[in-house]
Amino acid sequence: MSFFRRSPWILHYDGSSCNGCDIEVLACLTPLYDVERFGVINTGNPKHADILLVTGSVNERNIEIVKNLYRQMPEPKVVVAVGACACSGGIFARAYNIQGGIDRVLPVDVYVPGCAARPESIIDGVVQGIAALEEKRKKTA
Amino acid sequence: MTPAIYGLLFLGLAPVFGGLVAGVDRRVSARMQGRVGPPLLQPFYDVGKLLQKQSRQLNPIMEPMLVGHLIFMAATGALLLGGTDLIFTTFVFALAALLLALAAGSANSPYSFTGAERELVVLLAAEPFFILMMAAVCKVTGANTFEAVLASSQLVAVQLPGVLLAFLLVATIKLRKSPFDISISHHPHQELVSGLTSDMSGRLLAYVELAHWYETALLCAFMVLLFNWSVALGLAAFGVAYALEILLDNSTSRIKWQLVLRSTWVATLVFSGGNVLALFVLGR
Repeated sequence: MSFFRRSPWILHYDGSSCNGCDIEVLACLTPLYDVERFGVINTGNPKHADILLVTGSVNERNIEIVKNLYRQMPEPKVVVAVGACACSGGIFARAYNIQGGIDRVLPVDVYVPGCAARPESIIDGVVQGIAALEEKRKKTA
Repeated sequence: MTPAIYGLLFLGLAPVFGGLVAGVDRRVSARMQGRVGPPLLQPFYDVGKLLQKQSRQLNPIMEPMLVGHLIFMAATGALLLGGTDLIFTTFVFALAALLLALAAGSANSPYSFTGAERELVVLLAAEPFFILMMAAVCKVTGANTFEAVLASSQLVAVQLPGVLLAFLLVATIKLRKSPFDISISHHPHQELVSGLTSDMSGRLLAYVELAHWYETALLCAFMVLLFNWSVALGLAAFGVAYALEILLDNSTSRIKWQLVLRSTWVATLVFSGGNVLALFVLGR
């Protein structure tokens, strides 16, 4: 029996986002959306996390930080890119310091579109992330 | 049944009890915050998942120490119900808590090390009280084992109201509740406050969680010692106390470690010490 489906712990990392998506991510924890219903915990510690939720694009300065966070997460793990910037660089894509979406540095499993992404679609993305997590567990087990 | 069987039953049933209490806790806390909250069995799902996840071993001694933490925490309860001397069990309890601090301190990371230091402060704050409490219980009932205290005709809580008050305060620390949750917290806090477990992953974190379930059941057994007329009365008292703890947890903010140490020592000396002194003066 697998418990990943019932207990996905999330690490939220803000790349170079405008904070719009971050506010929507935090809105998921509020009484209106209450993702803890699904066993989701916002851990803030890569060593406890199953899902890396990234908002905003990668820039020259945070490439190493994003990679380091991903490396510290124990297997199995998935990456969910939330919002237009995390998916492709978004409105900042052509800025001099921006590298592009998160998939430039990490293997992204789920893309959640939107500017800002709505809490409903973020939760939907996490649910798809859980399915990807389950597949990875089967492969490693 | 002989006490040894009660001890073995504790080993098997305490995690179920502790996990269910944790599940109820999370649901009640969520309701207090206007949320629905996770399923009742969520703590079991979490530990199940942690056991299935990869564990990063930072050094060769962290895992043995965490296993030791779990074993000694379980052993404390088994010894207590199994009829060992009450004061002896508090020393085993202290050893279990110390192993957790040592495991966290063995990781070469500033967060983990700060968590370990805070855990030692918590240990320093809580342990003297438990020894005094057991000594007081032995003094009042004239018995030194769990079974004999339960057989005593004296209701301990009536004789030791100060100790009961101090126990509620110290239980707040042991249950990792705000405002005393300085080294580890069960809230999804993203701060230094979860430092103690910051370098534990996979099954290492599951050991800590399992040990905490044993600890919860152990605190319940301590409550039964204080309300020794019947086990049902003790369980009811634990239920009321735990409800108060959840309320306190959701309505206070964390305090600094200096205040944790000071307030528990004051409670230990003034409430418990005063209580025991009063009993001596009254000529018991």
